[in-house]
Amino acid sequence: MTKETASTREMTGAEMVIQALADQGVKHLFGYPGGAVLPIYDALFAQKEVRHILVRHEQGAVHAAEGYARSTGKVGCVLVTSGPGATNAVTGLTDALCDSIPLVCITGQVPTHLIGNDAFQECDTVGITRPCTKHNYLVKRIEDLPRVLHEAFHIAASGRPGPVVVDIPKDIQFATGTYSVPKTFPHAGYHPKIKGDSAAIKAAVELMARAKKPIFYTGGGVINSGKHASQLLRELVKTTGFPITSTLMGLGAFPAADPQWLGMLGMHGTLEANMAMHDCDVMICIGARFDDRITGRIDAFSPGSKKIHIDIDPSSINKNVHVDIPIVGDCAHVLEDMLHLWKSEKKQADKKAIGDWWKQIDKWRGRKSLAYRPSNEVIKPQYAIQRLFELTKDKDTYITTEVGQHQMWAAQFYHFNEPNRWMTSGGLGTMGYGLPASVGVQLAHPKSLVIDIAGEASVQMTMQELSTAVQYRLPIKIFILNNSYMGMVRQWQELLHGSRYSESYSEALPDFVKLAEAMHAVGIRCEKPGDLDHAIKEMIEIDRPVLFDCVVDQKENCFPMIPSGKAHNEMILGDSGVSLDDAITEEGKMLV
Amino acid sequence: MNANANIPSSTSHYPSAPMAQKSESHTLSVLVDNEPGVLARVIGLFSGRGYNIESLTVSETEHAKHQSLITVVTTGTPMVIEQIKNQLDRLVPVHRVVDMTLSGRSIERELAMVKVKGKGENRVEALRLADAFRARVIDATTESFIFEITGKSEKIEQFVALMLPLGLVEVSRTGIVAIARGPDTM
Repeated sequence: MTKETASTREMTGAEMVIQALADQGVKHLFGYPGGAVLPIYDALFAQKEVRHILVRHEQGAVHAAEGYARSTGKVGCVLVTSGPGATNAVTGLTDALCDSIPLVCITGQVPTHLIGNDAFQECDTVGITRPCTKHNYLVKRIEDLPRVLHEAFHIAASGRPGPVVVDIPKDIQFATGTYSVPKTFPHAGYHPKIKGDSAAIKAAVELMARAKKPIFYTGGGVINSGKHASQLLRELVKTTGFPITSTLMGLGAFPAADPQWLGMLGMHGTLEANMAMHDCDVMICIGARFDDRITGRIDAFSPGSKKIHIDIDPSSINKNVHVDIPIVGDCAHVLEDMLHLWKSEKKQADKKAIGDWWKQIDKWRGRKSLAYRPSNEVIKPQYAIQRLFELTKDKDTYITTEVGQHQMWAAQFYHFNEPNRWMTSGGLGTMGYGLPASVGVQLAHPKSLVIDIAGEASVQMTMQELSTAVQYRLPIKIFILNNSYMGMVRQWQELLHGSRYSESYSEALPDFVKLAEAMHAVGIRCEKPGDLDHAIKEMIEIDRPVLFDCVVDQKENCFPMIPSGKAHNEMILGDSGVSLDDAITEEGKMLV
Repeated sequence: MNANANIPSSTSHYPSAPMAQKSESHTLSVLVDNEPGVLARVIGLFSGRGYNIESLTVSETEHAKHQSLITVVTTGTPMVIEQIKNQLDRLVPVHRVVDMTLSGRSIERELAMVKVKGKGENRVEALRLADAFRARVIDATTESFIFEITGKSEKIEQFVALMLPLGLVEVSRTGIVAIARGPDTM
């Protein structure tokens, strides 16, 4: 955390910003200069501790910081100017809030005497970012700056993590004051609850020991709680012998290679995961929040189960689904207590019942819900991800994604065995997240293989960040599943709107190979299944940014899926023969 | 959100409004750091998440600690009220949230200033009623009175209703403040 600075020193506000970042151990700062942050850029110029990464758009800076944060567990840092700099950062901040990613974003502001005056490049940054940050500050006195900067890091990283904005007027950046690392923070009332209530934990363990059809349902909270939480989760799952599924956000906390792993749950989750959720008698939810993409029809969600919910944020509990045993606390702490109690009280799972439960689960598994029709003519997108996985699984690999069909296929077919390896925009669903996120991941892990699994539509939203990758020699691989459609939009239009593909065709696509070359990166195109392995291997070998245009089947849909208005046990499968028109009611069409 | 509200829950992919539960009115006391923007955070939370505000009062109560007490009256189902409390508690400058209605041991008061214009019999009647309600005259002209009245909201409602035919022209109300009975503090 905070390392002690030798002494209290006089310095300018701009120097305080850099000093505070350095004291917080920040190595990389993603940003874009402008009038209202020039003093801070001047302070950056004079030092070597914090390295600035120049992005091409402020949204890219925030996503890069998110990728950095998610792959390291550290706080990601952003520096942008006032007005448009701040407003461009809003999408990234909202994304980080939805997915609980710790960020500190420094924004420049017009001088204090001009605030409210409609000055050039002025906007109400704290007003605009209030609902899309965990907390934000406008610093109007130089005396407050050191404490605010350090508190921003504390708030971003502690409790349920999230983005924090510090808005600093230009005159405060120029002003001189005394800098020291604070011992106390301005907000005495901020104390997130870490340790779970022991009576609730005891009740949960009792319930688990009696369970006949239990399931672990885990989420991003386990990843955010740190690598130790994943270890404890693995131990608890092994010890109990219960099946486990996870949300999109939680992939990697439990190894996908393990036989107790049922795959992802939810709208595009596996049949076995969703059926087990529906039929279970005890649900142990750890660091997940019963999001609507997970629950499906809420009044038919796991109707027969007792629910245990572990979450660090009390407002996540009983928000969507009533739970029987709420436990407010950090996942790692609660898991440790649970595991300890399970062992010390010599609890045993009901072996016979759990055995029968697994037999039932194996029947569902036998349906092979992720099956698709292979082809020798065109590259099936699922096949592309499968080959990408097979050819990269033994390497030190990190995956980011954009948003849409490719994201779901990546979640289904790329298997994660470790936490912090999977960076995707879950809550907000931000197209254009993956490319800049991969820039941040690659900076944090220079020797690793970092792949952005993309769609041809999403990738064009933040395409310009390829220049950032080139500038800093970051050999990211952008693996585009190019089906010439905004695939998920097209799929919904097919299912819900009579195949009227309104504005979802990717007209006038660039030649991605030439585009890559024009941006001083490497372009590869692959159109035949037979060429795919060779092309992927070539991509991996190149030690430069690669834009890989993988031309795939245009009409492939992402299955299985829970159609809108349906419950977990009403999934449709790719080859199930259920007519899609019959699967979704008129009312259901309203609910996409 | 509105489009979904009309759809029966049996066909809804999104959670539908829990119609079975009845809406309740709750008075919440929220102790906050008195800093710029703190009220905007509280109000923004209500508007952003679609909660109701029926009454809102705020003032610094502890000058040395720079702490303010916000009293907010809100309505919602028990699940929504629980959400509101948790969401408020999550705000960084919020120290404590106490549900005064749930504790059942709180006193609620409101102050109103009521301007009544009129002459003759109506004027006399207004004065007489004001006396019965223990309202004080705080300003008077030959054709108007301003009454100050303190009490529960229902009492003020009743007073205002009685003044209406007697020439009531303007009302200004503080909104509800609340405090728990007994020696314990929040």
